Amino acid sequence: MSSHPAFDVAELAAGVVLAGAVLALWRKDLRALIPILALQGAALSALAAVLAVSDGNLGLGVVAGVVLLAKGGVVPGLLARVVRADPGSRETAPLVNVPASLVAAGALVVLSYLVAGRITALAPDRLTRLVPLGLATVLVGFFVLVTRRKAVSQIVGLLLVDNGIALVAFLLTAGVPLLVELGASFDLLLVVAMLQVLATTIRARFGHVDLDQLRELHD
Amino acid sequence: MLLVAIVCVPLAAGLFGAVLPWRRPVGWTMVAANATVFGLGIATAAHATHRHVTSGLDGALRADALSAFMVVVIGVIALLASVQSIRYLEVEIASGEHGARHASRYTFLVQVFVACMLAAVLSANLGAVWVAVEATTIATTFLVGHRGSDKALEASWKYVLICSVGIALAFLGTVLVYFAALHAPGHPRGASVLDWTSLMSASHHLDPGVMRLAMALIVLGYGTKVGLAPLHSWLPDAHSQAPAPVSALMSGVLLAVAFYALLRFKAVADGALGLEFTRMLLVIVGLVSLLVAASLLLTQRDLKRMFAYSSIEHMGLIALGAAAGTTLAIAAVLLHILGHGLAKAVLFLASGEVLVVEGTSEIERVPALLARRPLLGGILGFGLVALLGLPPFSLFVSELGMIRGEVAVGLGWAAALSLAAMAVIFVAVMTRGRHLLLGGRDGTPSATSRLVGIPLVGGLVACAFFGLSAWPLQSLLDAAARVVVR
Repeated sequence: MSSHPAFDVAELAAGVVLAGAVLALWRKDLRALIPILALQGAALSALAAVLAVSDGNLGLGVVAGVVLLAKGGVVPGLLARVVRADPGSRETAPLVNVPASLVAAGALVVLSYLVAGRITALAPDRLTRLVPLGLATVLVGFFVLVTRRKAVSQIVGLLLVDNGIALVAFLLTAGVPLLVELGASFDLLLVVAMLQVLATTIRARFGHVDLDQLRELHD
Repeated sequence: MLLVAIVCVPLAAGLFGAVLPWRRPVGWTMVAANATVFGLGIATAAHATHRHVTSGLDGALRADALSAFMVVVIGVIALLASVQSIRYLEVEIASGEHGARHASRYTFLVQVFVACMLAAVLSANLGAVWVAVEATTIATTFLVGHRGSDKALEASWKYVLICSVGIALAFLGTVLVYFAALHAPGHPRGASVLDWTSLMSASHHLDPGVMRLAMALIVLGYGTKVGLAPLHSWLPDAHSQAPAPVSALMSGVLLAVAFYALLRFKAVADGALGLEFTRMLLVIVGLVSLLVAASLLLTQRDLKRMFAYSSIEHMGLIALGAAAGTTLAIAAVLLHILGHGLAKAVLFLASGEVLVVEGTSEIERVPALLARRPLLGGILGFGLVALLGLPPFSLFVSELGMIRGEVAVGLGWAAALSLAAMAVIFVAVMTRGRHLLLGGRDGTPSATSRLVGIPLVGGLVACAFFGLSAWPLQSLLDAAARVVVR
């Protein structure tokens, strides 16, 4: 169904998305995470665009535009506002240190290849073979959510999960039906916007956005 | 047309509330809109009982018996909660805590929230169901943080983050189901692949390997919104920090709406995998949720947190009932959704009134309510009796039905474990309840506002009525259960 340039773009996009997730684990400077996410968004949009051209699918072309606007522009922009609200913020004390995190990321990639076996078996082609990279991004995003305590890092974890899922969706089914895709993008935008408002309010109230120090509600 | 009206009427009332300054008539408009939803829901249900499917908006909306039943549940609890919202907002404005603009925002968000839940249960496309369920998270986040305290802020952060991540997993599961459906032999392509009817007709041809992974993600993902372990930790915080009418809606129906999505996917997966796989998943999350609820209920000192953990308990029971998966068990699950929704909504609304008149919802500091405030204490007392699954309330009947279903399919051991957890919870709740109602302090009795008394007593009477009489629900429950049982 797809011609060769589509495969090349797909391989590059999948590589960029997973590499971005691993970079997010590595960099402690939270400002550096914003261009990484913007690049992931652009890669996903490019993937949708080549699939749209090679399949002659107009709806998917619209999705490519929406993804570029949302994941490539608005979402990183909102994240930049959270970072600006808390200048000089660094992920100083993650629950798992950086070298160990990178080893864990390697293990998660292996795990994704194991899990994805059943998926690739159903439709073995060059696109579905890249699905493990998307699953690995989802798992690394989860890892970031569990081990990092800054508000910005947690939002980044959520976005990595989301980008990984978007990658899997494009690779497997050339995206979900148009209306569902648009609804999902809109939902994501609103969620990130709300997280930005909440993080800014928390910062104004407590003077920090370190979630380890928000512990009033524990049993 | 009917289905479009069901979604749009509460939305219109919300817009009305957003543009007009808050006054009591605005509140009554909200009540009228939710009463309309309830009425239209009953009309749809009467139609659906005879296996007639109503559809609308070129087939995008679809109401079989299961959807119609959920509309009725959402309608009745939204009705109770909106009457109490008037009281809540008036007290809030009178105390000077927040102004009228805050009240307008509240009205708008609550009505959008109700409309999103209705859209979720009426969408024909399971992808659209996902979009609507995620939209409920968006509508409720600022409602959880409505009071603006530090705790409320922390609760809303946890709520939106954990629920968004959880529901993202459900989206991945939905993508995998879509992938499996596209590769099902002889299956038509196109935008309608994720429609309920086409998924059900293709379900026997879906690839089992992909469906197993998809179902695990869906149980984990929608399970987060249901409040099932392991991603349940947002629930006690959000339900205890939100304003009481919002807690009533979240606990009483939102959890059930997420479970509705799970039931639909379960039916699709059962076609591809047989009953065993999803049964195992549901038994695990159900039992772990019961364990979590039982161990943490023992230490709760706050009324609303106690009710929140009790919601985790009841969702665990429902998961076990759904695991059994027979028509009888699913009908009992649905009756339990209604009974728990009514009882929990009444209790959350009553605890909101406790907070208003006593200034705290800490159980230690509000003893002997029965002597001091007979009507409010009585409502809380009967509500607790209903929640613990004692007759005459419908939760007794539905718990019995679910346990019978579990024993019939060889899940007797799980039923026994759930009974043990329920016994621990019984003792924990009774100890707190005794202090709350009887306590050690005497006082002169004072009256309770009629705005509070009439709807709450009505909710309890309804809950007892469905426990005593099979009419008028039995045929609807049967028809609804058959939608998701093969």
